Parts: sequence; C-alpha cells; structure tokens
Amino acid sequence: MLTQRLLTSDKGGMLVLGILALTCILVPILNLAVPESSPLHVSTFTVTLLGKFLCYALLALALDLIWGYAGILSLGHGAFFALGGYAMGMYLMRQIGDRGKYGDPLLPDFMVFLNWQELPWYWHGFDMFWFAALMIIVVPGLLAWVFGWLAFRSRVTGVYFAIITQALTYALMLAFFRNEMGFGGNNGLTDFKDILGFSITADSTRIGLFLASGIALMVAYLACRYIVTSRAGRVIVSIRDAESRTRFSGYQVESYKLWLFVFSAVLAGIAGALYVPQVGIINPGEFSPLNSIELVVWVATGGRGTLYGAIVGAFSVNYGKTIFTTFYPEAWLFPLGLLFVLVTLVLPKGLVGLLGRFTRRKASKASEEDTP
Amino acid sequence: MIVTTTMERLQVLMRLCSALAIATLVALSTPVLAQSEPASATFEQLVNEVAQGSLSKRVDTVAAIAALKHERSADILQALQDGNLKVTRDDSERVVIETADNQILDAQTSEPITGTDLGRLKRIPIHNKLRSQLHTLLAQLNLSHPNDEVRLSAVTRLITDGGDEQTATLLNELKSDEQNSRVREAMDTAIALYQLESENATERLAAVKQLRGSLIPEVRGPLQERADYDSDKDVRIEAQRALDSIEGRLKMFRLGENVFFGLSLGSVFLLSAIGLAITFGVMGVINMAHGELMMIGAYTTWVIQQVFPNQIEYSLFMAIPAAFVVAGLVGIAIERGVIQFLYGRPLETLLATFGISLILQQAARSIFSPLNRAVSLPEWMSGSLQINPAFSITFNRLYILLFGLMVFFALLAILKKTSLGLKVRAVSQNRPMARAVGVRASWVDALTFGLGSGIAGIAGVALSQLTNVGPNLGQAYIIDSFMVVVFGGVGNLWGTLVGAMGLGIVNKFLEPYAGAVLAKVLILVLLILFIQKKPKGLFPQKGRAAAD
Amino acid sequence: MKLKSIAKKIGVLGSACTLALASLTASAQEEDTIKVGVLHSLSGTMAISETTLKDTMLMLIEEQNKKGGLLGKKLEPVVVDPASNWPLFAEKTRELLSQEKVDAIFGCWTSVSRKSVLPVVEELNGLLFYPVQYEGEESSRNVFYTGAAPNQQAIPAVDYLMNEMDVKRWVLAGTDYVYPRTTNKILEAYLKSKGVAEADIMINYTPFGHSDWQNIVADIKRFGSQGKKTAVVSTINGDANVPFYRELGNQGLSAEDIPVVAFSVGEEELSGIDTKPLVGHMAAWNYFMSVDTDVNSAFIDKWLEFIGDEKRVTNDPMEAHYIGFNMWVKAVEKAGTTDADAVIDAIVGVKVPNLTGGTSEMLPNHHITKPVLIGEIQEDGQFLTVWETDGLVPGDAWSDYLEGSKDLKSDWPGLKCGNYNTKTKKCVGATE
Repeated sequence: MLTQRLLTSDKGGMLVLGILALTCILVPILNLAVPESSPLHVSTFTVTLLGKFLCYALLALALDLIWGYAGILSLGHGAFFALGGYAMGMYLMRQIGDRGKYGDPLLPDFMVFLNWQELPWYWHGFDMFWFAALMIIVVPGLLAWVFGWLAFRSRVTGVYFAIITQALTYALMLAFFRNEMGFGGNNGLTDFKDILGFSITADSTRIGLFLASGIALMVAYLACRYIVTSRAGRVIVSIRDAESRTRFSGYQVESYKLWLFVFSAVLAGIAGALYVPQVGIINPGEFSPLNSIELVVWVATGGRGTLYGAIVGAFSVNYGKTIFTTFYPEAWLFPLGLLFVLVTLVLPKGLVGLLGRFTRRKASKASEEDTP
Repeated sequence: MIVTTTMERLQVLMRLCSALAIATLVALSTPVLAQSEPASATFEQLVNEVAQGSLSKRVDTVAAIAALKHERSADILQALQDGNLKVTRDDSERVVIETADNQILDAQTSEPITGTDLGRLKRIPIHNKLRSQLHTLLAQLNLSHPNDEVRLSAVTRLITDGGDEQTATLLNELKSDEQNSRVREAMDTAIALYQLESENATERLAAVKQLRGSLIPEVRGPLQERADYDSDKDVRIEAQRALDSIEGRLKMFRLGENVFFGLSLGSVFLLSAIGLAITFGVMGVINMAHGELMMIGAYTTWVIQQVFPNQIEYSLFMAIPAAFVVAGLVGIAIERGVIQFLYGRPLETLLATFGISLILQQAARSIFSPLNRAVSLPEWMSGSLQINPAFSITFNRLYILLFGLMVFFALLAILKKTSLGLKVRAVSQNRPMARAVGVRASWVDALTFGLGSGIAGIAGVALSQLTNVGPNLGQAYIIDSFMVVVFGGVGNLWGTLVGAMGLGIVNKFLEPYAGAVLAKVLILVLLILFIQKKPKGLFPQKGRAAAD
Repeated sequence: MKLKSIAKKIGVLGSACTLALASLTASAQEEDTIKVGVLHSLSGTMAISETTLKDTMLMLIEEQNKKGGLLGKKLEPVVVDPASNWPLFAEKTRELLSQEKVDAIFGCWTSVSRKSVLPVVEELNGLLFYPVQYEGEESSRNVFYTGAAPNQQAIPAVDYLMNEMDVKRWVLAGTDYVYPRTTNKILEAYLKSKGVAEADIMINYTPFGHSDWQNIVADIKRFGSQGKKTAVVSTINGDANVPFYRELGNQGLSAEDIPVVAFSVGEEELSGIDTKPLVGHMAAWNYFMSVDTDVNSAFIDKWLEFIGDEKRVTNDPMEAHYIGFNMWVKAVEKAGTTDADAVIDAIVGVKVPNLTGGTSEMLPNHHITKPVLIGEIQEDGQFLTVWETDGLVPGDAWSDYLEGSKDLKSDWPGLKCGNYNTKTKKCVGATE
C-alpha cells in the first residue's frame, strides 16, 4: 500500500504525523466545546499561534525538500511564501467590498486615500476565490519556474544560488515597499473582514483555518514523502551527493531540480496563503532576506534531510521565540543566536538527530547520508 | 533692485544695507578702527537688549546695532552669528563674548573679564531669519576684509541677496583696488546682474555678455527673464545664447558629478565588500556576521571620540588601527570558537554566523543602548571641494573613495607580497597540500579571518562618517556586500573592485530615471540575470579552488 | 563522546528552562492588580525609537503606583517585545488582551504596526493608546491617537514657512511609506490651494534606510537655485536622516539657504547625530524638551532620575504617552472601573495638562488637542522654539485636503461612528 511505503521506516515522520493529527482533532474540540473556565480550554490565542506555526512548518517542509534532499539552498524561499500570502491578501481585500473606511465598493482603502481612480489590472479577478486560489499556486510556481530554469540551466549552484535567491527576495521586498506597485506599500494589506463568507474573527473560522493548515501540512508531508521515496527521489538525492556523476549517468539533472524547486515554491505559496488570514496582515517585510535566513535556521535546527525534522524545527524555534519575546523581551536575541550557533556546532543533524540519539535508535535508512 | 525675485525678502533690510555700505566706506577711509570714538550710551543699551526679548525683537535690535555704525558693531554681530555672544544667567544679564580660546570679553568694550566668576553662560540663541540678516550685514562689512576668502564669500553673498545701486557703485569702486582675480570676477558678476535691469539696452547687452558662461546659479533666472521678456531683440537673442552656453557646460559637469557619485557609492560598496572578499571569497565562509564586524568598527570610532573628546580632528587616525584590531580580534575569536569546526561546509557557516550576528547586534544594543550614537565629522571631512559653482566634490566622499582604494591596494599587496599572503593563498587553494609542505593551516585560517574582519572594522570607521552608528548598521550593508563579491567573482579581489565601482556607477546613472528604489530593484534583477550568464562572476577564479 | 554529553546537558537545561517559564506564567496571574500592556519593539529596526517609550511607560506606571495606584489597586506593567515584526504585533496584542488580560495597551510606533494591531484590539474590545504622529485617515473606537494628525504638524509648519520665511518653492522629500505619502498628498493639495504652481513643487521618495543622498541633494540644490526661496519639507524616516543631513551640510546647503523642516526628527534622533551641520534646520512637533514650563522640567527631572543617565533627552512621543496615560487614569477614575466600554465612554472630554503649559482634551474623534511648535535645531541638539500656534489645535482624523476623506467625520459619543459621511448622512463601512 502507498501509505505503507511512505511511512514504514519513517518512525519519526509517523510520530510527527500522529501528533499533528491528534492536535487537529483535540484543539478544535478543546477550543470550541470546552468552556473557557475549564483548565483544559485552549484559548483562541493558542489556536492562532498554533495555526501560524503550522504554516511555518509547511514552509520549512518546502525548504527542507529542496535543501535537505536536492542540496539546493534557497535563501529566498520567503519570497514564495509572501507571494502566496499577497495573493490571498488581495482576495481578502476584495472581499471587504464597500465595508472599507471610505465605503468604496471597488477600491481598497489604501488606494482611495492615495487618490487612485481605478483598480490596477492585476487586481482584477481576485474577488473570486477560485481565481485567488489558482494564483496562490501559479504565481510562486511560475516565478520559481522562470528563476529555476535560468539558474539551473546555467548551472548556478551552491553558494551562488543561495545568494541570487537572496537577491531575488530582496528585490521583491524593495519593489513591494514601493507604493506605486499598488500593494499597499509598507502598510501592506490589512483589516480583512471575511473569507468565503465567514467572518475572519469568528472562532469557528479560526478553527477552520487552523484545520486547513494542519491538513495542508499533513498532505504536503505525505506528498513530499512520496517524492523522496520514489525513483525520482533517489535521483534527486544522488544529485545532491554527486551532481556531475548523476548527469553523466544520463539523468536530466536540471529538470529534476527545476520541478522539485517549483513544487517546493508552490508549497511555500500555499503556506503563505494560509498564514495571512490567521495573522491578519501581509506586508513587504515578509520578503525580508532575514526571514528567509531564519527559515533556513528552523530547518537546520530541526534536522535537515528528514522531512519531519523541518516540522520539529519550525515549531521549536518559533515556540522558543514566542516564549523569549514574552519573558526576556530585553535580551531574547542572545539565547536565540546562541541556539543557532550551538545547533550547527553540536547538532549537525538538528534536534531530530539529538532525539534519535536519546532514544538510542538508529535513524531511518532512507536519508541518513551526511551532509556534503 | 537687481534680482526682483528676492525683493520681498530684502525689503526690510534694504535701507539698512545701504546705510551700512556707506558706513563701510567711511570705515575704509579710517583704517585704524581702534582709535575711533568711545561707545555711545545707546550702543550699550542695545548690546544689553540683544540678550532680551523674543527672537523677532532681536531682529530689530541687531538692525539697530548695525545702523549705529559703531566700531564694535561688526564684532558683536560676528560673535552673535558664531554663537559666541553669551549672557550670564544671573539677574545682571551681562552680555559677553566667549572667544575660541575660552577667553571671556566684555561685549561692549571687548576687554577681557578676569577675576569675577560669571557662572555658566547662556548662548544668545538666533534663528534662521536672524542668521540670514546677520549674514547680509556682515557681508556688507566684509567687502574690504583683508582675507581673500572672506571677501569672496561677501561678494557671493551680495550676488545671492541682490543689491541696489549703492551696492553696485560701491562694488565698482572696490573693484579697481581688488587684487584677487576670483573676487574681481565675482564682483563683475554682481555688477552685471545689477546692470541686467538697466534702462539702457546697450548696458543690458554688455551685462548679458559678461554673464555668458557663468556657472553661478543665481545668474540663470535673470538671464532667462531677459531671454523671454526683454524689449530689445538683440538682448533676447544674446541672453538665449548665453543660457545655451551655460546649459552646455552644466550638462558636462552634471555628467562628471554623476560619475563621481557613482564612484563614491562604489567605494562604499568596495569597503564593505572587501573584507567579505577575504572571508567569503578566499576562505569560503559565508560570513553573515560581516555587517556586525563593520558595526564594531563604527562603534570603535565612537568610543575613541568619547575617550579623546578634544582630538576629534585626529580621531579617525586613531580609530582606523583600533577598529582593525578590535574587529580583527572579534573575528579571530569567531573563527577559533565556531568556524574552525565548519570548514568545508559553507552553508553551515551561514547558520552559525547568522546566530553570531544576532548575538553581536543584541550585544551592541545592551552595551551602547539601541539608540544611534553620534560620531562627529572632523573639520577636514566636512564641506566640499568647490571646483566651480556648478561642480563640487564633498570631502568626506572624496576621502572615503581614496581610502577605499588604499585599503584595496594594501590588501592586494599583503596577499601578493607577504609570506602570510602566500600561505593564505596556498591554504585556500589546496589545504592538504599546504599542510603537507609545512603551513600551519589552522593558524593561517585564524589570521586570514582576522584580516578580513579587521578590514570590515576599518570599513566601519568609514561608514561612521557617512551614516548612523547603531545596532542595525551591519544589516544595511550585508546584502550589498555579498552581491558585490559574487558579481565580481568569488576569490578575485580585482573582481571585487570592478564589481563595486561598476555597480555604484550603474546605480547612479539609473537613479535619475528610475528613482532610488526602482534603480536598486533593477540592479538586483540585472545582477540575477548576469549570474545566469556568468555563474562565476565577472572574473571567475580558475582551477580547483573554484569548486564549492 | 564529549559532544554527546554536551548535547545531553543542553537538552536537560532546555527542559528545565521550559518548566521554569511555565511556573512563571502561572504565578504572574494571581495577584489582584490592574495590568497595563506595553507593546513596543525592543529589538529589530524599530527598537531605536520604541525602547524609550517602553521606559517612559514604566516610569509613568511607577509614578502612579507611588501615588497609590488606581482604584486602590497597584498598576502592573506587562512588557512584551514584538521585535519590529508586524504579524508579531498582532500576536502579542492578542496575548496581552486574552492571556494577560491587560486593561489598556500603550504601544506601537509605525503605522503598519498599528494597522496590524487594530483588528485584534477591535475584536477583543481592548484599548490602545498610540503615541506617534501619523498620517490620519483613521478613527477606531478602541484606539486613542495621542500623537499628531497631519493638521497638527504638517500644515502649521508649511504655514510658518510660507508666511514667515516667504518660501516659494517646495521640496517634499519622504521615505516611501504611507505616512509621507499621505502627508505629502495633503500638503500638495494644500499648497496648490494657496496658489503654488505645480512646477514649484518637487516630490521625492526614497526607500527605508536610504544612505546615499548625493544626487538627490544635488537635485534639491539645483531646484533651490532658481532665485526663489526654497524649503524642504521632510518626512524622511529614522535612519535615513543622518546621511541626508550630512550630505546637505557637505554640499554646502545651509539652513539659511534651504531650510529643512522635518516631522520625524526629534530630540532623541538628534542625540544620535553630530548636530553641527544641522543647526538652523527645523522640526514641527507638539512638544520640545526645551519648552520652559514647570511641569516640563519636573517631567524631565523625573525621567533623568528614572533612567539614570544625565544625557538622555525627552521627546514628543514621550509627551504623548504622558498625556495618554494620564487621560486613561482620569477616565478610569471617572468611570470607576477599567472596563473598556466604560472607559471609552468616560474618556471623551477628559482634560489633562500637557507638558507645554496647556491642557489637552480627548476629542470625540479619539484624537486630542495639542499646540503646534516649530523649532530650530541648536548645536546642543535641542530645539529653539521660533513659532507656535496661539492655542491648541484639535486633531483631525480625516483630512479636508484629500478627495476621499473630506466629507468624513468621526464622532464616537454622538454618532457612534468613526467615519460618518456628512454628504450621504451615513456611517460608511463597519461600525462598532
């Protein structure tokens, strides 16, 4: 059976998926059905927080797929995430309709007060959910395809690739900061009212989004597992470990890399689209190269090259961040910075590797090769 | 009036100015000022009044002091202009002048005050209106100042202000005695500007011809007016011709200016990238903490200026070696503590150094506070080299450009000519082989990283003269630095130089058309496309070391 | 082997930390206090400005506790760090309101952070006091804007330049984000209404943290050398200012030739700048540290004592927090409860002394009345007030100079609406 193939010899993955599934079942019940006074009640704050983490985890998974398995380090994956987010944000802006501050039925508020007379062409169609959903996939995918096609064809690899992806997201950030672009500039897109007709502030909508994120993450996980356990997946791993040798063996290295990159970008876009309605804002800051670097750190912390490691990393670093920013608001960058240093020095396989060592089990055989 | 457009501003002052011009003439004829009459009672009152009342009242008081034609008027006004005119905080409100060497003079008599403790002095505040008024009054007084520069700036001021017939007459008289050609030229311009308004068409025509080719910005407005509206056809044609010739010269200088702007931006790129060219280019370490090392250099400059508050002029010369040492030591500590375990894993150095950069940033925030720190510009770094009225080069940019080149060539010399350089190149090209012939690779690594970091520190000193010194300083430059190194070709110093200057110039030529933001975006897009074409940069390194 | 043991230790340490933190959360919720949320970035790019406001709030709360607290209870500050990250602002707001159950939040600096926080504050019916000058075009039932609206800063400044300095040509230079864009839109319309020609207005936008001003300053110089008095109205943000002023100074543009009037440069920014080249340039604010009143010198003394550093300065947003906090305290006392709805009802009309010698009042549109001061920068980094409005200027939420908003009006107690269209007599968009 397919699931068997995907999950046997992936004990960590099974565990993570199990926990995810359990969370997806328990959290909604504890939030909606259990009264607030009960100690078991899960607050809406926790739900949105977890929902956000789920999106981050999906993003981390996308990066781990290309970095951990194909050895392509993208320092610009935040760009695809943000593009997906903007596509969703545009849909949500259009949904506001005439409930904006100025009551303009067509134009979003930020266009009204900058005296824009008509909707820019690229804003058309975003009033329909299916179109927005399509764009969430198409825009990041297309960008990744063009970018990847150019880069892989000229065999831009390793550090060079990392740096031009950084340039990409930096350029996009600067561009989106410009108010003339028509994406709200620095203020970005905010003040969303509802999604698919449901009020965005309702607890049930939040749970819905939370569930959607959870399910998206699980499905994406299985899809990624499917890819890496497939024949193509083994080619991809061999590209990571010995690119030239794979090429000489007659494989179309470029197209393997390209499609994996596009798939990963689409996953990142979906993560962004699920993220925006939950946090309620998208702004060009999401394109910031620092965000993308941080993303790399999540993956490294969790354990690169094991898909569930990315999920563990995203959750643990972000949870740590939430805790630190509340309890050590003055100095939380110290422990965070130290964590990154220690992880690279002491835990080259990330937290997952540490966990594996603790339980004295041998890591699964699928992808244990040392990093190059 | 000569320049009609500034008329409004000057109306109030006009009468006053002419009175003063005459006063100056009188003063000229009596060279030994110190021997003239003693101060009148009103003068003393006025001097005391300077310290009192509102700013607008002070404007009147100053005008009155000037109108008195008192021998001390100029000194008082100059002191007020320079912020040296002070008042005691006690009830007597005594007005004094504090000279540059901290001597305190009585404002009315200019006699030094000794023995009495005046307590803390309060500077008599002035605002722009007053400052501008003082400037004009002093310009009138300084037309016959013994110093050429002062005279020149006085005449220039007259050109800006415009003048009346009396000024023109005065200038005409002064011109005959003027020895300095530049001052004379400026006087000619001022007179010609006045004559542009003459009733007589021939005089106007002569004035237009005089102004032909002048780059002084104040000339163009009146000339344009002549070219458009003059009643005389010849004057119109001639004025248009004069304008065209000015425009042609301006275009040329604007191009020169743009090239300089580009080179200057390039030199900033160069300085910030050159350290990275060592750590990243030669050693293969993706040093995300590079920006923070520059930050350390900038903070070192600040600390030096705090420790030696009286040596601002020399502070940079102390800061450069200090920043090199401090940043270099931090760099060595980073290398020994973290990076030495990560050679051969460039992408993991990225993560570790990113963590370090966060720690260093927060450390700066904890030690120096999140606020920016004020680093002073030494006198010799301020101002600009005026080549002509349309083209000037700012000193700080010029020095930084030269400094960037110096650092570059020094580094090149170190790598090519010294034994350390030889070892560095050996280790970076083939580590096992270098070790086999007896190079202590780990020692060389530490020194190389220290060298790169030290240069980043030096870059920080330069940046402290251009921009903010604060915890975020490094972040602003890190991406640009990586772009430059990659564009130029990793491991090639010349590539870094060409890359930095090239990006700087392209940026500055795009900016007027695309705006600052879009220019930067375009540069990045071009860069991305360029890397596709030449994946190893402008000057790819040959041989084994080129592999990742 | 060695590494393994280190790793193990880290693991143990980590879990110990988590436990400690968990117990911390539990204990924090027990005492009976009135909690006040402080939502200012302590790290990231905005820490430079916002850290001071956090300290200001801590000082104000400490002072209030010395006076016996509020309603017989002690005030307890809850400080969090949104780290200059806009989604994190929303998350932290939710945490403050729903987990920590704070009764009021004092926070935000940038517009985008306020926009991010706004939906959460409205959803959970909290109170937010926003202390920074901003672009206007907003009036929320749950937000109190104690900083200046454009009509309390930009327009008086332009009036001053036009009437007192006879400025004829205008450079509107700003960082490319909403506040400068809106302010410049308003100013452009205002200038044109005063008969300034299109050709005499130059508008320029630069990215955040722009550091290379060479050709922009050269352009300004050229623009200003056409024989008419020229001034620069600067909405340039934070870090970009230092290189901008340095370039101005070095290219020989003094305040006398082309004065710059800035809306985002205050005492604190100046303390990080070598002020020599800036002398004579101007700023428009509602408060200057140099204002000579008893209440101001008392405030400065308290601040210097609290922060323990003689060199620190006070600035306009600090005064805004001072006013906002006192208004909140007064409103809570008036309402007899910290309940948000009661406070929102009680606070409109509350009057408290500001630091410049007047009395500021909370208006029905949740903005306040403030004086407008124009100051020139002095060598010591302080401002010399050269002009001020006769009385207090009421803050206007919706600008009269923008097409979209000139018919809008905000009146919470009367109309229960933040954006009431006076033409259609309807409350546009969402109401409470």
